[in-house]
Amino acid sequence: MALLTCQDLTLGYDGMKVVEGLTFSVSSGDYLCIVGENGSGKSTLMKTILRLQMPLSGQIVTGDGLKQAEIGYLPQQTVVQKDFPASVREIVLSGCLNRCGLRPYYSREEKQLAETNMEKMGITALSGRCYRELSGGQQQRVLLARALCATRKLLLLDEPVAGLDPKVTAEMYALIGKLNREEGITVIMISHDIAAAIRYASHVLHIGHKPLFYGTTSDYVSSTVGKAFTDWKEGEA
Amino acid sequence: MAILEKLTVYFTYPFVRYALIVGVLIAFCSSLLGVTLVLKRFSFIGDGLSHVAFGAMAIAAVCDLSNNMVLVLPVTVVSAVLLLCGGQKTKIKGDAAIAMISVGALALGYLIMNLFSKSANLSGDVCSTLFGSTSILTLTQTEVWLCVILSVLVVAVFLVFYNKIFAVTFDEDFSLATGIKARAYNFMIAVVIAVIIVLAMNLVGSLLISALIIFPALSAMRVFKSFRSVIICSAVVSVACATMGILVSILAGTPVGSTIVAVDIAVFGLFSLAGVVRGGIRR
Repeated sequence: MALLTCQDLTLGYDGMKVVEGLTFSVSSGDYLCIVGENGSGKSTLMKTILRLQMPLSGQIVTGDGLKQAEIGYLPQQTVVQKDFPASVREIVLSGCLNRCGLRPYYSREEKQLAETNMEKMGITALSGRCYRELSGGQQQRVLLARALCATRKLLLLDEPVAGLDPKVTAEMYALIGKLNREEGITVIMISHDIAAAIRYASHVLHIGHKPLFYGTTSDYVSSTVGKAFTDWKEGEA
Repeated sequence: MAILEKLTVYFTYPFVRYALIVGVLIAFCSSLLGVTLVLKRFSFIGDGLSHVAFGAMAIAAVCDLSNNMVLVLPVTVVSAVLLLCGGQKTKIKGDAAIAMISVGALALGYLIMNLFSKSANLSGDVCSTLFGSTSILTLTQTEVWLCVILSVLVVAVFLVFYNKIFAVTFDEDFSLATGIKARAYNFMIAVVIAVIIVLAMNLVGSLLISALIIFPALSAMRVFKSFRSVIICSAVVSVACATMGILVSILAGTPVGSTIVAVDIAVFGLFSLAGVVRGGIRR
């Protein structure tokens, strides 16, 4: 049974179709990269998987005992967060909130979980610092630690390296790859960066106005769509 | 010593004691949610909602309702919910929606008062509703108790849902995606804010409510770096400023609302300075 199956999805908003006939499934341990141009429906797809909006038709089925509340999400940063007065520990801990239910405060285990995840992300030393004073890469690590508190199985990452410099970008990809390999966490990532997708991902979904390609990374590289993009990338370099 | 004696004399009057109690309670409640509102870019909601409450008061006055709260509270709550829970989906967004409702309610309220009011001193009525210069000194014992009960409720809600309010303020999408009922919490925040604003209209009047919500939060954010310390500091600052403001206004005979806001502005200046100095040392 796949962790997440999308069947014949049609996505869009305000009655406008953005993507049609989207069918794919993600198994436990996969590292799926969703690539495509701006406006191709990548973010819409991610919002639909997170149930932040409804598909126009088709359905999304979760399997392997994955509950809706167990998806960890790394969103793009909002303006509000840029000057938010909150310590790193407070933000990471807020990822545990979906375990609390109606209980108003965090338990000792949840606090421990937050500590463990901060350690994994290498931000334990920053735990008392203010979020708005951190660098872009450090902020992404904080949000990733928070996402890890919310899930044990599936991480959804929305452009996790947007705005980071090349060195920090490489570190971020290494960190995500490590979570996927060593912790067995399934990763679905939206990216503009096709070179990185080919290098790190096990599967690629390339969407335009209709689904152009879904399959393993090695198939993608030899497919027509993939070739067009990789050749173009090389030509540019 | 003369000041102390003067104060002792004033505090033998019950209405002075009532004013102090209600003032401190309202300052405390509004500062708790002020931080959330400022961070959610809803600083002006205090202004907008207080004008709505003003409009509702005008209608209540014209209809000769003996207890205008019956009308004012529900209308304000509905407006708060519409503004805060409309969120991203509405066609008219955040600041524009607040400005529209605020100006509209103020104008219509004044128009209705002008057309139908039986009172001889119309501009005096409007002035005291807007600036609250006298109403805090005319509180009855029932109103004081109502204020105490509502304040206790607000503080209880805030304490119980503290972590949820933090999560929803910091990142609504993440909360929704990980199964937090963010919309329900937003609704709750909106209702509590409406209650606080209706309460606060008695103290500083509708024009100065924004100051009570914004200044303590902004002052605290100059200096403190974590959500919890900002909340605690803003509550302390707010209560201290309200107490100071009321005492000064008693002694100097100045309008209560404006005096409190003046103290708030002074404290904001001090905290900004402290923030700069502290930042300088760190670097």
